[in-house]
Amino acid sequence: MRRLACLLLLLPAAALADERRSGSTYMSAETQAMQKDDTANPGMLWVQDGAALWSRKPAADKKACADCHGDAAASMKGVAARYPAFDAEQGRPVDLATRINLCREKHQQAAPFAAESESLLGLSAWLGLQSRGLPISPDPDPRSEPFREAGRRLYEQRMGQLNFACAQCHDDNAGKRLAGSVIPQAHPTGYPIYRLEWQGMGSLQRRLRNCMTGVRAEPFAYGAPEMVELELFLMSRAAGMTVETPGVRP
Amino acid sequence: MARTLINVPASAKRGEVIEIKTLIQHPMETGFRPGANGRILARDIITKFACTYNGEEVFAAELFPATAANPFLAFTTVASESGTFRFTWTGDNGFKQTETATISVT
Ligand code: HEC
Ligand code: HEC
Repeated sequence: MRRLACLLLLLPAAALADERRSGSTYMSAETQAMQKDDTANPGMLWVQDGAALWSRKPAADKKACADCHGDAAASMKGVAARYPAFDAEQGRPVDLATRINLCREKHQQAAPFAAESESLLGLSAWLGLQSRGLPISPDPDPRSEPFREAGRRLYEQRMGQLNFACAQCHDDNAGKRLAGSVIPQAHPTGYPIYRLEWQGMGSLQRRLRNCMTGVRAEPFAYGAPEMVELELFLMSRAAGMTVETPGVRP
Repeated sequence: MARTLINVPASAKRGEVIEIKTLIQHPMETGFRPGANGRILARDIITKFACTYNGEEVFAAELFPATAANPFLAFTTVASESGTFRFTWTGDNGFKQTETATISVT
């Protein structure tokens, strides 16, 4: 009883009547089943790629990720649930893909992986899997706060020829339909995802670029500061929700 | 080698109907789509899948350009005896991959 009381105290008031829903809950039963079954979820193919890369040396005299970080199940548990996170050297928050590439360059003396390359998606999916089932826990570093606020402003700001803000779809009209698709609440629970429409894997930023071109805005580039700010804001909006990586989306 | 995901129950009762699921990483390029330079991309698909159970074919499928990338196939068979399932995918450009899985039947 005492334990329960402590737990309840820890929960923010909103969580008691949490109306937040992961995008996966809007999917058909078939697509949900595909996500849940690791032998039917195509995202697991990328996870396998990531697991192989984790322990492969980029060159004979260079270290593999595993040589420094060991067993990912232990060292990377909860990491993806916390990103983007503040990086003191960069002086700003970095997303998980950038974090991986920083290790490639700094610690492996290897060329960074291209955005949306199979290798980067594979490693991101592999790291994401190590947080599956854990709550999204945004970076607590106070230095990230101004960037998160910038993300909130971007989220609420109208953009593109159609002049829509993210919030108008994902807060005001979530659960309704836009043509054939349900408008989800835009929680980044399952990234990177295998999207059936893409017939492939894609990052959260690819998803955001889709939404931006959807309102005929010039999408931010992969890794652009605005992208990281939006990611930061979306992660704090989804704080406490469960990581589902690798997600499947229609 | 393409990555695969294969789901065969590790054990089953004799006579039980079991479900087998397979997934393979493959672009299934249709041969009808233009690439970045406007030229049609050459067709590159898996054309045939077959599953044998202790050497006997129990399921086969022909695949065509309308099949999505990373084809997923699920089918059922009857567990008759302990042994090995052999899955073979063949396709354009000499594509051929074989994977196996074992089952123990009691
Ligand atoms: C015109 C409405 C609209 C606007 C504006 C819009 N989106 Fe979306 N968004 C959608 C729809 C519809 C989907 C789901 C698409 C599907 O399922 O095919 C989606 C999907 C998403 C997802 C994926 C959620 C999941 O469960 O995987 C995220 C995240 C997202 N949007 C964020 C944003 C952000 C950030 C912005 C602003 C930069 C934005 N969206 C602007 C309609 C919109
Ligand atoms: C030579 C050792 C070394 C190698 C090899 C290495 N890393 Fe790192 N990694 C570090 C160090 C040290 C840090 C702490 C931050 C820093 O100093 O860069 C780190 C930090 C990280 C973090 C952030 C962890 C957190 O809690 O925020 C991730 C994720 C990561 N590495 C992934 C990888 C991946 C993926 C690879 C392989 C592509 C890799 N690392 C290769 C040394 C290494």
